[in-house]
Amino acid sequence: MLAIVDYGVGNLFSLCSSLKSLNQPAVITSDPKEISMAERVILPGVGAFGDAAEKLRNTGLDTVVREQAESGKPLLGICLGMQLLFEKSYEFGEHAGLGLLRGSIVPMKGTIPEGLKIPQMGWNSLILRRNHPLLRDIKEGDCVYFVHSYYADGCEDSLIASCDYGREITAAVASGNVMGCQFHPEKSGKVGLSILKAFCEVAV
Amino acid sequence: MLKKRIIPCLDVRNGRVVKGVNFEGLNDVSDPVELASFYSDDGADELVFYDITASYEGRRLFTDCLRAVAEHIFIPLTVGGGINTIDDFDRVLKCGADKISVNSGALRNPTLIAEAAKKYGSQCVVLSADVKRVEGGFRVFSHGGRQDTGLDAIEWIRQGVALGAGEVVLNSIDTDGVKKGFDLEMLQALDVDVPVVASGGAGGISDFVELFREVPSVDAGLAASIFHFGEVRIPKLKQVLAENGIPVRRI
Repeated sequence: MLAIVDYGVGNLFSLCSSLKSLNQPAVITSDPKEISMAERVILPGVGAFGDAAEKLRNTGLDTVVREQAESGKPLLGICLGMQLLFEKSYEFGEHAGLGLLRGSIVPMKGTIPEGLKIPQMGWNSLILRRNHPLLRDIKEGDCVYFVHSYYADGCEDSLIASCDYGREITAAVASGNVMGCQFHPEKSGKVGLSILKAFCEVAV
Repeated sequence: MLKKRIIPCLDVRNGRVVKGVNFEGLNDVSDPVELASFYSDDGADELVFYDITASYEGRRLFTDCLRAVAEHIFIPLTVGGGINTIDDFDRVLKCGADKISVNSGALRNPTLIAEAAKKYGSQCVVLSADVKRVEGGFRVFSHGGRQDTGLDAIEWIRQGVALGAGEVVLNSIDTDGVKKGFDLEMLQALDVDVPVVASGGAGGISDFVELFREVPSVDAGLAASIFHFGEVRIPKLKQVLAENGIPVRRI
């Protein structure tokens, strides 16, 4: 069983549907016991970093997620969920993240060339930076769907894939059992499904 | 770099695709799930579902149809037609929509854009405008393009983006259905810093090449009948776009 952490952020319909289409039993839950019993954990999220981090803390789920990661259980953060894995974010102030990965979340504004639209919204191709089981079925240039205005920086030690949006932008990260995608695998067609499938099959 | 998006638009009435689709290998299909799968497999980058009855008959979107599609298709889905309130947003988002386009509803009540953007994020709110040339200017029309609002289109769209719309669909009434190409002049007149989807006028592959070449600020091309009747197939379209140096997503 896979647990999708429910902390009141985001629309989980597509994520659930995509896991269902892969025949992967999943439960949306905010129950620490259920999360602890799950074989794998997905941390989703859309919206602002500060709000989401606060919701995680207020529900006590930050500790639960951290414990799962530290126990060696496969953990996948998606979009804002990926960003939350890092140490901190500079989105509307400075906010602490879970600190499971080294690096911080910084705005595209001011760091990408003028004239590029923010958010980056649409399909971009992946540049593979490091082999990892999460990307076992992915070829250089495969496209995935992004919607974001901030990105992970200073994370060379966990970077496994990036994309080019006027500069190199972090697309996927992994460090041991802790993984993350800035893009939405549940909205990235067959390429995205193959990434979710790979996550579901990463050795525990 | 971001790829230019190709978006088939499906008109839905009572949970079925209107007119259906009819070409070699796919005859008279009006089941939304079957059609959506077909387009997704063919390389569509996004799908738009438009409830053609809702905006003037006040009918609720058939959310069952949307839910069924969203359970099987894993590319972005945009929903339009009859979106007048935050409750309408809520209803379709719960059924798997990723983006919601507002048109007449936002004209009646522009604060709908701001409220929705605040609640769901700008990336979720698409401002769709039906625009026609009147007395040398670009004018916004409402009620499915039948009623002149008197509003200047460029001004209205700028206002919508300022209120929080994260994407704009510009549908030219003048070129719609004529199949002689997108309305490049109208698209060039638009100056916003959010993604722009061009709609109305596509008659063949060369129209998309011209669109992306002549108006670099356009991010996506939307069309209906040329896809539904098989006049343009997406793999071929993308092949030609790629040959012309336009970045596209190949599958």
